[in-house]
Amino acid sequence: MFVVDTITHRLKRGCETMAYPKGPPPPLPDRHGGALRVEAAKCPDGCAECVPVCPTQAIVRAPGGGITLDLGRCLFCAACVQACPHGAITQTGDHRMAARSRGDLVLGAPGMETVRLASALDGKLRRLFGRSLRLRVVSAGGGGADEAGLNVLGTIGWDIGRFGIQFVASPRHADGLVVTGPVSRNMEEALRKTWEAIAEPKIVIAVGACAISGGPFAGNPEVRNGAEAVVPVDLFIPGWPPHPLTILDGLLRLLGRLEAGTDARPAPGRP
Amino acid sequence: MSTSSAFLLLANGTSVPWADLPEWPVGEFARRTSAEIERGARLCAWFGVPEDGATRLVAVVAFDADNTLAAARSLPASGGYPSLTAAHPQAHLFEREVWEQDGIVPQGHPWLKPVRAGAAGAPAAGDFFRVEGREVHEVAVGPVHAGIIEPGHFRFQCAGEEVLHLEIALGYQHRGVERGMTAGPHRLTESQMDAVVGDTTIGHATAYASVAEALAGAEAPLRAQWLRLVALELERLANHTGDLGALANDVAFLPAASACGRIRGDFMNLTALICGNRFGRGLVRPGGCRHDLEPERLARMIERLDGGLADVETACEWLWDSASVRMRFEGTGTVSAEQAAELGLVGPAARACGLVRDVRYDHPAGWHRLAQAPVAVWPSGDVFARARVRWLEIQRSGQLLREQLASPADGEVRLEPAGPAPERLAVSLVEGWRGEICHAAVTDQAGRFRRYKIVDPSFHNWIGLALAMRGQAVSDFPVCNKSFNLSYCGFDL
Repeated sequence: MFVVDTITHRLKRGCETMAYPKGPPPPLPDRHGGALRVEAAKCPDGCAECVPVCPTQAIVRAPGGGITLDLGRCLFCAACVQACPHGAITQTGDHRMAARSRGDLVLGAPGMETVRLASALDGKLRRLFGRSLRLRVVSAGGGGADEAGLNVLGTIGWDIGRFGIQFVASPRHADGLVVTGPVSRNMEEALRKTWEAIAEPKIVIAVGACAISGGPFAGNPEVRNGAEAVVPVDLFIPGWPPHPLTILDGLLRLLGRLEAGTDARPAPGRP
Repeated sequence: MSTSSAFLLLANGTSVPWADLPEWPVGEFARRTSAEIERGARLCAWFGVPEDGATRLVAVVAFDADNTLAAARSLPASGGYPSLTAAHPQAHLFEREVWEQDGIVPQGHPWLKPVRAGAAGAPAAGDFFRVEGREVHEVAVGPVHAGIIEPGHFRFQCAGEEVLHLEIALGYQHRGVERGMTAGPHRLTESQMDAVVGDTTIGHATAYASVAEALAGAEAPLRAQWLRLVALELERLANHTGDLGALANDVAFLPAASACGRIRGDFMNLTALICGNRFGRGLVRPGGCRHDLEPERLARMIERLDGGLADVETACEWLWDSASVRMRFEGTGTVSAEQAAELGLVGPAARACGLVRDVRYDHPAGWHRLAQAPVAVWPSGDVFARARVRWLEIQRSGQLLREQLASPADGEVRLEPAGPAPERLAVSLVEGWRGEICHAAVTDQAGRFRRYKIVDPSFHNWIGLALAMRGQAVSDFPVCNKSFNLSYCGFDL
C-alpha cells in the first residue's frame, strides 16, 4: 500500500463519523421496532393474550390491574405486539430507552406508558465525569454481542472518543464500570474485585437484558440474574443486545450531553 | 470405509431411534471409539446421558471423506474406562468434561482437571502445569482482560520473552446452558439458543432448529433453508471482516483496522435488514424463519452487499500489500497440519493448516446441499494463513451470496413443526464462522430432552492457540489470540 493510495482513498471517503448528536441520529433498522409503548388502559378485563407469549415472562397482569411490561427483561422479539388484539403494546421505533432505576423500565400504568428516560448525573459527579469518562468493561457471562456493541462505539463511524468517553484497560484508570452478561457465578468474584479497584466516586452501567435481569438465562442456578446482585447500578441500558445508538444515547444522557434540540427520536427507518 | 463401521451411520440433520444405537460395556465402547478414530473418524461429540442413576456415554463421530456421521453408546456405566486421550488427543477435553459432569473417570488421562465447574465465585481451575528452572517465570493474565472481551485465564511459562507453555483455564462464563435444556424445550429455550454464543446467533440457532426439526421428522420449508444460508453467510462475512480489522489493529496497521471496523457493521446491518436485529436474534426458529426477505428488501440487500464487498476488497488489498503486515503475520503462531489433525481442530483454524474440513462441504444439510462454496485452505498454519483463509472465505461467501440472492427459493418461510418424537437421537452440524457447531439431543419417553449437548468450535480449538504460542514471544499473544478469535461463552456454556 502506498501513502498516495491511502490519502486518495481517505479524501474520497471524507469524514465517516456520524453527525449525531449534532445532526439527526441514524435510523434503526425498520424491523428493530425500538422501545415499546404499553398502555394498560387499553386492556379489557380478563385479557392476558400477551402474557404467555413472552419468553422471559416480562409481562404480568396482576389480579384486578392492568398489564405491566418490564423492558429490562425484554428480548424485543415483538411476540407480544403481534399477540395483543387491542393495540395496547406498540413499537415506537425509538432508540432511547436507558433509565436510572429498574422501576423506570416497567411500562404500562397510566403516565408510565414509555420508559422514564435517564436523567443526567448531578452536581459533583457531572462536573467530574461530564467531559471525561473512563470506563472499565467487565463481561460476566456476556455472549460477545453486548461487548461487540460497545466495541463498535470505538470505530470511526461512532467515534465515542469525541465525547471524552474512553474504555480503559485497568480499573485503576476508570471512573466507572460497564457490566455485560447475566453475571455468571464464576465471574462474581472477579466482578466484585474489579468494582472495588475503581476509586470513588464511581458509577456502574448495566448494558443489555442479561446484565439488567439475567435475560434468557434468568433463573439458571449458575447465574446471578444481572449486575445488581453484585454491584450497585446507576444506569440500565435495555436491549438484546442494545443497538450501539441506544448505548451511546444512554451514556450521553447520563453525562447531560444531549441538548433539547438533538434529543429526539429518529425519523422512521426505511427497509 | 465408513460402511464397515460398527457404529450406526446417520446423516447430518437427521435423527435415529435411540434404541438402534449399538451399545457395549463402557470399556469396549471406548475401545471401539478409538478404533473408529484410527480409521479416520473425527470426534464431534462425546457426552454422558443419565439413565437410572448411571450414565451412558455417547460418541458422535464424523467420517468427513465419506460424508457421513456415526454414533454409538455405552451400556449404563459408573466408575471408569481406559482414557482415549493418550492415543487420541482430540478426546482430551471431552473426557475431562464427562468426568466433571458425570463422574466417569478416564483412567490414565494425562491432565485430568476441571473444565468449568466453580466454587465461591470463580472456576476451580486446579493446578497449572509448571516449568521449573532458574530463568523460568510465570505470567498470569485474566480473567478480566484489557479490552472489551470475555473473561478467561491464561497462564504462560516463559524463559525470557519466549513462551515454553501456555495453559488456558476457562469456565468464568458458565451460564448452565446445557443443564437448563434438561426436560426441554422450555419457553426460554429458543432465546437461549440465539445467545449460546452472542456473535454466532445464526449458527447455533440453525443447529438447534435442525435438531428440533429432525426430532419432529420434518424439514423447514425450502425458502427458510435458503434464508438460513443467506443469514449464515452474512454472519461469516461480518465476523471475518471484523477479525481481519482486529488483526490489522494488533499489528498497528490502522487503515485496514478502521475500514474493517466500519464494514463489519455494514454487513451486520444486512442481517438487521432481514430481521431488525444486527446479530440475527429471533430469525431462525424450529420450522423455518420468523421473517422473510421480500423482493424490495432483497433488492436493497443485493445493492448494499455489493458495496460492502467492494469496500472490504479495498481494505484487504491494503493489508496484503503492506510488507510490515506480512512480516508480522508470516511465521507467527504456527500449528502444523499433523497437530491440527491430532487435536481435531475445526473451521478456519484447521483449514489454515491445510486441512480440507468444512461442514458445508463434508456434511451438507439444508440449502447447502444445493449451493456450495469451494473450501478455502491455506497450508502454512500461521497467523498469515488464518488471516488468509478468512479473506478467501469472505470472497467465496460473497460470491455464494450473490448467486443465491439472484435466485431465491419460493414458498412459505415457516411451518409450525410438530413436537419432538420420543426416544430418539438427533445430530446437527453447522459450519459457523468459527467452524463446526455440533448440537445433539436425546429425547425421553415423553419427547422431552433427556440430554442436550452443544459443542462449539471453540471447544476444539482453544488448545490450538495454546500450541501456536509455543516458542513464540509472549508479546505475540494478542495477534495469535486474535487469529483464532475463539468464544469463551461457547466453551463455558
